[in-house]
Amino acid sequence: MSKRPPAPKVASLADLFALAWQIEADAVERYRLLADQMETHNNPELVKVFRDLARAEGIHADEIRRLAGDIDVVAHASRIGGCKGDGPEEADLSAAHYLMTPWHALQMALVGEKRALEFFTGIVETTKDAKIRQMAAEFVEEEAEHVNLVHRLLRKYRPPAESWAEDPDPPNPLE
Amino acid sequence: MISGIGCSSRIPAYTNCYGFHGVHGRSLALAAGLKVTRPDLTVVVASGDGDGYSIGGNHFIHACRRNIDMTYVVMDNHIYGMTKGQPSPTTEPEFDTALSPGGTGLRPFHPLVVALASGANFIARCFSGEFNQTADILVEAIEHPGFSFVEILSPCVTFRPDEKEWKNMVHPAPVGATDDPAKAARRIMTDDGFNLGVLYRGKRQPYRPEFGAQVADPCELEKEFEL
Repeated sequence: MSKRPPAPKVASLADLFALAWQIEADAVERYRLLADQMETHNNPELVKVFRDLARAEGIHADEIRRLAGDIDVVAHASRIGGCKGDGPEEADLSAAHYLMTPWHALQMALVGEKRALEFFTGIVETTKDAKIRQMAAEFVEEEAEHVNLVHRLLRKYRPPAESWAEDPDPPNPLE
Repeated sequence: MISGIGCSSRIPAYTNCYGFHGVHGRSLALAAGLKVTRPDLTVVVASGDGDGYSIGGNHFIHACRRNIDMTYVVMDNHIYGMTKGQPSPTTEPEFDTALSPGGTGLRPFHPLVVALASGANFIARCFSGEFNQTADILVEAIEHPGFSFVEILSPCVTFRPDEKEWKNMVHPAPVGATDDPAKAARRIMTDDGFNLGVLYRGKRQPYRPEFGAQVADPCELEKEFEL
């Protein structure tokens, strides 16, 4: 796994809201891309899981905009750059496989949620600003809840057999 | 070490300390009486999900509320094992056997939430297969003032062979313990039942009733009851 760049500096509450929103928005984008990929591979079960995950992250993004009140998080996020393209919650597209199962998809989601949890925990532990710490602690609770949610979803699926990726007639890309 | 009835409650026979194997569901009542009269003793209570949550369910709620300084360990296997596999209060609704045809259809009891809402001062979940962590948490629970509640997921491999899978399902809680009951409630309510670790460390003062002078001669007690 490649080493992640250090977390962006959070100098204000606006920065924190913008980063939190950006993380969720990037996750939505990635899950939609993965859903589209799975549609191409005719894996409808996975399409549904990824679309559901994208919807859930979209709800979180909207909730952050609501919490931010008058702060225009979208504009502020594009101003500060944030962690666009390398957000902690972004699923790793290279880990996708056309025969993957919902269990794999949820494992990917779990990794993302745990990274987001670590990200906000890092802010709580390092910031000197009491307001930022308080809000980041709220995000820690949110992310812990998301980790719990993925664990609950995982209970519905057993880990697949070791041969899950074997395909006697694999696709033959023309490009 | 005080226990009730059930597989879990045989533990006083396996421990090297003073033990009292009590009656079904009443281990907490015995323990509360012992601790308030002999606060110098370390009191650990052992129970199971049937003994503790069904027959002794009411004692559980009020023991949490009273917050007497003792530790309650419930070995939860989601079944009545000693009596051959009847569903217990924590059995899943779809548990379908000859003794519960079609499943119970009943929502399982959520002991950690009940403990928190009732006032327990320390709440943790362990897994019997993670014995080092379990031992550490039990030590912490005993040292923490007030009523400490430790749920130990303990597979019954005889009547619930499916529970062998628990070793693959348990995982550390995503965040450390909190002393905020509202946060703890949110975390416990949203978890999958397999988060391990200390989940709540409260700051309530334990209940310590004041007694008058100690009676040296038990015969003197009779005077108190004279009409």
